[in-house]
Amino acid sequence: MKILVCISHVPDTTSKINFTDNNTNFDTNGVQFVINPYDEFVLTRAMWFKEKQGATVTVVNVGSASTESTLRKALAIGADNAIRINAEPKDGMSVAKEIAAVAKEGAYDLILAGKESSDYNGQMVPGMIAALLGYNFVNGCVQMDVDGTHVTATREIDGGSESLQTSLPLVVGGQKGIVEESDLRIPNMRGIMMARKKPLNVIESTNSDNATNSVSFEKPAPKGAVKLVDAENIDELINLLHNEAKVI
Amino acid sequence: MSVLIYASSSDGKFKKSSFEVVSYGKKVAEELGTKLIALTINAKDVTELQNYGADTIVSVNNEALNEFNAKEYASVIQQVAESKESKVVVIDSSIDGIYIGPLVSVALNAGYASNVVDAPSSTSPFVVKRKAFSNKGFNNTEITTENKVIGLAKNSFGIHENPVTALVENFDALVSEPGVKSISIDKAIGKVTIADADVVVSAGRGLKGPENWGMVEELADVLGAATACSKPVSDLGWRPHGEHVGQTGKPVATNLYIAIGISGAIQHLAGINASKVKVVINTDPEAPFFKAADYGVVGDAFDVVPQLISKLKDFKAQNS
Ligand SMILES: Cc1cc2nc3c(=O)[nH]c(=O)nc-3n(C[C@H](O)[C@H](O)[C@H](O)COP(=O)(O)OP(=O)(O)OC[C@H]3O[C@@H](n4cnc5c(N)ncnc54)[C@H](O)[C@@H]3O)c2cc1C
Ligand SMILES: Nc1ncnc2c1ncn2[C@@H]1O[C@H](COP(=O)(O)O)[C@@H](O)[C@H]1O
Repeated sequence: MKILVCISHVPDTTSKINFTDNNTNFDTNGVQFVINPYDEFVLTRAMWFKEKQGATVTVVNVGSASTESTLRKALAIGADNAIRINAEPKDGMSVAKEIAAVAKEGAYDLILAGKESSDYNGQMVPGMIAALLGYNFVNGCVQMDVDGTHVTATREIDGGSESLQTSLPLVVGGQKGIVEESDLRIPNMRGIMMARKKPLNVIESTNSDNATNSVSFEKPAPKGAVKLVDAENIDELINLLHNEAKVI
Repeated sequence: MSVLIYASSSDGKFKKSSFEVVSYGKKVAEELGTKLIALTINAKDVTELQNYGADTIVSVNNEALNEFNAKEYASVIQQVAESKESKVVVIDSSIDGIYIGPLVSVALNAGYASNVVDAPSSTSPFVVKRKAFSNKGFNNTEITTENKVIGLAKNSFGIHENPVTALVENFDALVSEPGVKSISIDKAIGKVTIADADVVVSAGRGLKGPENWGMVEELADVLGAATACSKPVSDLGWRPHGEHVGQTGKPVATNLYIAIGISGAIQHLAGINASKVKVVINTDPEAPFFKAADYGVVGDAFDVVPQLISKLKDFKAQNS
């Protein structure tokens, strides 16, 4: 089985978010970039398929040279090789087109992505890849197993879960559950040494058209101060929620 | 030309988010000077949608669509959009809505903006405001393609009545053999879910152990609320994974969010910030959550929550 894992390079979850150039650009100053948390889960699942079922694992990112540290980290975790498609990601559609082209060219059986990247929260790239290629697609995936070309998967639904059956080739938008948090791997020294020798191929983008443009950013309106209610005066809290906030 | 919205339903009944999507679609249709078409799949009282401005209701009834299937549902939306020459398609941001949005976008060759929180600020160019950076910012996005797909964030635009008399049409959609088959669904019955709730009662590690969740459930019960928890609580196995909210858990955009014994870490806040009113109960006056809250009680949950339950019961008894 050939697996392609889509890795997006995003600000660490503790990052303070600021904008520059008259609010048209994200301010990367002082921001630490990491593998998107959802992508770490699917990458770890890919490692399991590699170790238990002999799969080969390629990681891919659409981005500039600055994302290579993130791809090297994925190699240190155990991916066999990496591809960087050299382009500034413009929107979900253009990223999906670039990855779909690579996925088709390399005849990957299973394309694993996160359900959402924590920067633009698009929640669209995996679905678009599947639709562009006409492959089966499971989103919000919390469990999956592959037997030959037969796949059983579970996805999260509102208030529960749904078991599904499908087949390769398949695109998955995954999240926690596909492996547990405690199974996530941190690169060790040996992995980091080995990652230096693994291939990281840079390929030119096909200049896929984008369908949306970022015009500007805004920050949420500043919040007023909290109203504190005495712990001995819960009636006052109920009064405020009823008469002032009008939520009960 | 027209604007098309997909009004999702479960067991034939519309969800509240569907009325919000119709309200939003009406606003976009008015701005574009065109009609609003609402698509329903196996829904019962379809004329309910005319209260929010649906000029035409396209009703698809097909047993093969009884179970949700993203690819088939996306294909039905595509078929109706093409037949009605819809240039803008609006879908909700439920788990299923997010599943089908990108598929519809590719099928219609349309630019897709997800998590949209407001009516377009302009229709030419077509610019919408969407959430980004896990609620720590917003992005104004221009959709440049002729066809457009919008994923509307929950509880962002609101439900607006706008009664019209709708034309109801049946539509025969082509359905193919699905590549992803549903085998079974595992779902707690009769429990309010985080996605559907107007109120969420959430608790964190401050509650010390799973045996103390009785009062959280009771409080939720009194308020008709869903229960939720912080990430460590689900990681420790005190509560099911489905209750984990925050940046890497479920998003919460309710009218009221009550946080009990949760410190208010940046990753927790990112996922719940879109809630309108936040109440925090915490022993530590320095807990970061107080900075993000509207109302706060500095106190011990084991003392405050039982009081709150009993006073709310009195309040409900007087006000019903
Ligand atoms: C990559 C990443 C992603 C993350 N994603 C999420 C996420 O999506 N959601 C999430 O929640 N977290 C997330 N976290 C974890 C987050 O950083 C915090 O660790 C977590 O939110 C803390 O949970 P807590 O508030 O329940 O526990 P604690 O931080 O331990 O806080 C417990 C609070 O309870 C209070 N308390 C104690 N006793 C009482 C009492 N008797 N009565 C009232 N109050 C009491 C304490 O004062 C304290 O404020 C993430 C972390 C990382 C690194
Ligand atoms: N620039 C990118 N390069 C590689 N994969 C990406 C990129 N952007 C998004 N993805 C993948 O698509 C998933 C969903 O991203 P998004 O649709 O942007 O929320 C991420 O979790 C990644 O797996």
